[in-house]
Amino acid sequence: MLTRRTFFKCGIAGGTLALAGTKARLAFAALPDDRRFIVVILRGGLDGLAAVPAHGDPDYANLRRSLALPKSGLDAPIDLDGFFGLHPSLHNLAEMWREKELAIFHNVSTPYRNRSHFDAQNVLETGGAKPHVLNEGWLNRALGPLALDGGDGALAVSSSPPLLLDGKARVASWTPPRMPAADEEFLARIAALYARDPVLSTGLKNALLTRAATVTAMHDMPSGANRPNGAPQAGEVAPLMEGAGKILAAADGPRIGVFDISGWDTHSNQGAGQGQLARRLQLLDEGLLALKTSLGPAWKKTVIVTASEFGRTVAVNGTGGTDHGTAGIAFLFGGAVAGGNIHAEWRGLKPSALKDGRDLPAQTDTRALFKAALADHLGVPKLVLEDTVFPDSAAAAGLKGLIRA
Amino acid sequence: MSLEGALAANRFGLGARPGEIEAASTDPKAWLLGQLPDDDSASRFAGLPTTSALVVDLGKRRHARQARDREAIKAFLTKSRQGHLLEMVARFRAGFETALPFRERLVRFWSNHFVVSTQKPDAALFVGAFEREAIRPYVTGRFSDMVLAVECHPAMQLYLDNAQSIGPDSYAGMRARRGLNENLGREILELHTLSVDGGYTQDDVIALAKILTGWSLDLGPGPAAGLMNAAMGGAGDGAFRFYPPRHQPGPKTLLGRSYAQGFDGGVAALADLANHPATARHIARKLAIHFIADDPPQDSVKRIEMAFLASGGDLPSVYETIIDDPAAWSPEPVKFRTPIEYVTAAMRIAGGERIGMLDENGVRPFIQSARAMGESPFAAPSPKGWPDDADSWTGSDAILQRVEWANAAAQKLGPQSDPVNLADQGLGPLLSADTRTAIARAASPAQGLAILFASPEFQRR
Repeated sequence: MLTRRTFFKCGIAGGTLALAGTKARLAFAALPDDRRFIVVILRGGLDGLAAVPAHGDPDYANLRRSLALPKSGLDAPIDLDGFFGLHPSLHNLAEMWREKELAIFHNVSTPYRNRSHFDAQNVLETGGAKPHVLNEGWLNRALGPLALDGGDGALAVSSSPPLLLDGKARVASWTPPRMPAADEEFLARIAALYARDPVLSTGLKNALLTRAATVTAMHDMPSGANRPNGAPQAGEVAPLMEGAGKILAAADGPRIGVFDISGWDTHSNQGAGQGQLARRLQLLDEGLLALKTSLGPAWKKTVIVTASEFGRTVAVNGTGGTDHGTAGIAFLFGGAVAGGNIHAEWRGLKPSALKDGRDLPAQTDTRALFKAALADHLGVPKLVLEDTVFPDSAAAAGLKGLIRA
Repeated sequence: MSLEGALAANRFGLGARPGEIEAASTDPKAWLLGQLPDDDSASRFAGLPTTSALVVDLGKRRHARQARDREAIKAFLTKSRQGHLLEMVARFRAGFETALPFRERLVRFWSNHFVVSTQKPDAALFVGAFEREAIRPYVTGRFSDMVLAVECHPAMQLYLDNAQSIGPDSYAGMRARRGLNENLGREILELHTLSVDGGYTQDDVIALAKILTGWSLDLGPGPAAGLMNAAMGGAGDGAFRFYPPRHQPGPKTLLGRSYAQGFDGGVAALADLANHPATARHIARKLAIHFIADDPPQDSVKRIEMAFLASGGDLPSVYETIIDDPAAWSPEPVKFRTPIEYVTAAMRIAGGERIGMLDENGVRPFIQSARAMGESPFAAPSPKGWPDDADSWTGSDAILQRVEWANAAAQKLGPQSDPVNLADQGLGPLLSADTRTAIARAASPAQGLAILFASPEFQRR
């Protein structure tokens, strides 16, 4: 099995790589300490009112009808403050709330105000004020200033990085290996053949580095991710989170992680306390616990944020689901989060309080949340934040007081 | 073997089979266009179930669920799993061995443009039948005919939730507290026709959703059955149904035009969307990205757009315009192969007799490998389909998985005739001197083949 040491020894990667890796690690001292920051993209538009029901709102039951959670019983929301609750599937998140490691944001949205998944995801991931004005992911732009752009400073938990982490700075990507490992002699020949092909050569080098660093994690991986024909959606969250958590926990592991989980576009029969969305939320919740567990002591230095491209309509639609809306929810959690609070300027669910009479209106800009994590957790200077990472975001000042001192 | 012949077989085709570059080299354009009037689907997919048959199965499954008949549910699951594998065998084999690779590439392009995905459990049963019935017969016809066939197909009706959408003021809407679902209406406008910049509003989304209320599939015996069996003029295979009691009454205004109540109003609206100038621009750009470059020249896009408009969406005229464009014949392989394209190209050059032996067990490793490299067959993550640019397929993990696949596949394929010869046959003048030397110096014929598969020029087309 290839380890980082033999990897360098056999020299497949050539001198440049080894140097780049070392440089990144040395410059890494620029970070306050070994903090981790993880973004979980929930692709498809998570229904905020399903995950964090406003069960105390007088219009909740009437508007949500078949989607409303009952006031009591097993399917009742886990109450947070008498007004808001958590979906009963989210009991691990509820535990983090009780530990004051979870902050919840309602009425969260990017600056995008239309209802296309793909434009909305573009805005969420590029950090632009509009779709397609920026070509790189905002998290990729933050890697240079953090000296994490050496190729192994950030990890996408997918075969190729999502736009959020894609751009000029090099990043690693990882999924559980599924094919027999190739021998070093063969890899050396391929590396030589790739020498004049920057895309393939840097990709191969980075992947081998990640692999080398994760030999242990790989061995302990549960085999769930290997199911033939299984849907690569929420169902695989726990094995992926557990495996990636181990990589992120390593002393010289990546400091930034990105998960990309689809399956939240619940147009029909989304269910309430039980049903398809409840199952997905449960799988996510179990995954997040697996991530916390495998991060081990690094959990105390970790901030995780979930974000979705938009929320969904408040009222149930014609087919027992919800259609594309505007504001949704974000979870900010981890050992380094000053949590146990919910941030929402609630204006009620009456049509007059809703955007276009149908969607939860946007109050917190998603970028304000991201900025808070980058500034107060990772120490990205304000100037870099405003000019490089989130240009044109003056309207979304970073939130304060979210990170433990 | 000419460079153009190699490009025809690799960029426009699915990767050369032995002898294919030679055959294409005489007149590469004629070799491509000559594939359009032919269709080998009928024999290739014979015996696979029609949508009508699958709808009957779906009805039985629902029945079994309601009756909590565990044995029946289990039997159904086994059958559908088996059915899916048989679809996969036919689909992979078609790619590995078809003598009409340009036509097959077009099928896959359109199948991805109008994607349905097993990620939606209700639609999962139909993904193979959808491609056979709503895509394959239409790739050399008019775009508007494909749009109609696609949107009324039960797979699309289920995938984008229209099958259950009900006009709020319809007979059914007033009685049941159910109503409109916007999903299909929105994605037709955004993804299938105009594109997100095509100038429509939220009101247009709702109007189109209302226009399409009542479009659904044969739901089997029950109150809805027998209300009306719409004659579909060849679109769909008979499992589509239009239910007037669910249809939103009254005319609707879409993009400033009024459409009459009824099924015909929907057909007219789809025809207008299919022929809209914004649609021509959208389709032209996607085709140019697919065949020319991730960031294609504006002139090329414009020419394709004009051909689309001038011909009324006649697809062979559109393809001919692309083939006539010098930009599509750039000598460098510019397009990064998607995972399925990659394993397909490898099997076309080196699969030999194994292709004919592919069965339900043999196809599993291909499904799993493509997934490991990032493309799960028939399981696109969203209605947007799979991305068509190098960036999306070249994450470091994806590259390593591809190299590992090259190694594993070459070992499985076993000792081959001279791998240098295979490389010449597969890439012709596209094979670089470096790669040729590396293959020649390989430690074994199998390693030589693995080096060919992993080589930079084989990763691209």
